[in-house]
Amino acid sequence: MSDSVNPADIHKTMLDQQKSEHRRRLILNLVLLALLIVAPMVMYPVFLMKILCFALFAVAFNLLLGFTGLLSFGHAAFLASGAYTTGYLLTTFSGLSTELGIIAGTLVATLLGLGFALVAIRRQGIYFAMITLALSQLVFFFFVQSSFTGGEDGLHGIPRGQFLGLIDLNDNLNMYYFVLAVFLAGYLLVQRIVGSPYGQVLKAIKQNEPRAISLGYNVNRYKIIAFVISAGLAGLAGSMKTVVFQLASLNDAHWHMSGEVILMTLLGGTGTLLGPVVGAAFVVNLEYQLSQGPLADWVDAILGAIFVLTVLMFQSGIVGQVQKFMKKNIG
Amino acid sequence: MSMILGVPVAVLFGQLLLGLINGAFYALLSLGLAVIFGLLKIINFAHGALYMLGAMATVILFDTLGISYWAALFVAPILVGCVGVAIEYFLLRKIAGQDHIYSLLLTFGVALIIQGVLTNMYGVSGLRYSMPDVFKGGMNLGFMFLPYYRAWVIVIALLVCFGTWFMIEKTKLGAYLRAGTEDSQLMQGFGINVPLLVSLTYGFGVMLAAFAGALAAPIYSVTPDMGSHILIVVFAVVVIGGMGSIAGAIITGVLMGVVEGLTKTFYPPASSAVIFLVMVVVLFVRPSGLFGKEA
Repeated sequence: MSDSVNPADIHKTMLDQQKSEHRRRLILNLVLLALLIVAPMVMYPVFLMKILCFALFAVAFNLLLGFTGLLSFGHAAFLASGAYTTGYLLTTFSGLSTELGIIAGTLVATLLGLGFALVAIRRQGIYFAMITLALSQLVFFFFVQSSFTGGEDGLHGIPRGQFLGLIDLNDNLNMYYFVLAVFLAGYLLVQRIVGSPYGQVLKAIKQNEPRAISLGYNVNRYKIIAFVISAGLAGLAGSMKTVVFQLASLNDAHWHMSGEVILMTLLGGTGTLLGPVVGAAFVVNLEYQLSQGPLADWVDAILGAIFVLTVLMFQSGIVGQVQKFMKKNIG
Repeated sequence: MSMILGVPVAVLFGQLLLGLINGAFYALLSLGLAVIFGLLKIINFAHGALYMLGAMATVILFDTLGISYWAALFVAPILVGCVGVAIEYFLLRKIAGQDHIYSLLLTFGVALIIQGVLTNMYGVSGLRYSMPDVFKGGMNLGFMFLPYYRAWVIVIALLVCFGTWFMIEKTKLGAYLRAGTEDSQLMQGFGINVPLLVSLTYGFGVMLAAFAGALAAPIYSVTPDMGSHILIVVFAVVVIGGMGSIAGAIITGVLMGVVEGLTKTFYPPASSAVIFLVMVVVLFVRPSGLFGKEA
């Protein structure tokens, strides 16, 4: 049998598969985009913006956990450093344009990410998780004690300002489309990275790090770059969140936030592009629904239970399960 | 002779004593983590919640059943230890053999549940526990005042730590434990019930946490979130000490408590961050930790 298989045929089938895969993804992305554009007509824009900010946060996080195999337990530090930087700059310098404030927040988070990466990269797996957790706690203490963060109270009344001095961001609909654009940029960036040769190396590292090393890749450098990009995007999410809600608080820096983004990613599906988005929408929505009902006091316990069930019963997450189902039944 | 480096001697020794006490708690908790990690390769994120459960149990046992402090010192760890065995049997066992990250995430979820439930039952302000009469007061050592209870905590915590180290490193039972986790199939071939051994090991590590909680009840405020802050500190302690090492966990725990106490004396703003700073420095100089073996 084996001599009848023509290598060229295999190659052609693979290419065909890739093409149909690409087409399917393109259609899916377009449908989602259309939904996101129409969404604020049906739903409250601020709620949608919250989902988008957390979705960007989770997408950034998943670049590490899902595609590089690094579990960071300190991503709240980046969300918060973006949030505080942007919040502080926009309140202090009234002439500063909103987009510059956001860029500054992203940059600070990126640099912080580099610092974290340089310290934590020496260890792997759960050590890596614990070290990033401890580092983020250091950042938490910094924010608690610094005077510019407003301590326990946080920063309030941060002006939304105008985009490029033209579009008034105080209008919720304008703000929504701005957030949507930023989210899409971040999402597409991660999609592009994952699909690139660089992304292939990241996946190789995730699957078998010693083999990636033996192939001659400078694994640590790949990991550091992925970490820095992820931190920067998480900071961008934090900056956007600050502008949307006009506040930055210690909640963003608390390690519970790091846990929450892990839950969003895991629940939605690690290692899938759409998973973190679905997970973020699910968790934000769930928290909102629960806080309205009689179970308001049980949010933490319920999130914990979802965590346990996800780990025990469906580690591939919502999107992962759907993909499996599609592969089995549709082919 | 009443000042050292610009700090009154009584203040310095007072802070050192506080540091030693915190260090004793760090040692007990990081020892429990090290036992569970060293033998089962599980990062027990629920450790802080179980420590809190130990403290809460001590208070609740007294309030509802009138169980004394001395009895609670045994009863609370045993009760919480049973909770630990249940967690191992019903949850952790299901994901044994998978990536260790999953056990971390699972125990994180468990911690959220425990903390969430207790917050609902007892509120965030927590419970009060008065210390047994024997421990009221203290003695004057000339250069400082030593409250009896604090002296007791330091002595008993270090005794328990030493006993645990001795049991694991020097006795036959400890040898079985280490062998059972090294090559469970071989040990099972020798007729040793390895799954039971695993449950008991996890339960024992949890008991250490609960024991620390019971010790903490009379001096710290007993609140549902008392475990969540100390847990992160203890993680840092464990990273500094080197994860595999039982002795490293104990020594580093005490040491970090003292370092924290000294920082509080000389530069208070850095006191809550100093352990994490030490961790960063140690990671740069010795990535495997002060007492860690593997590179």
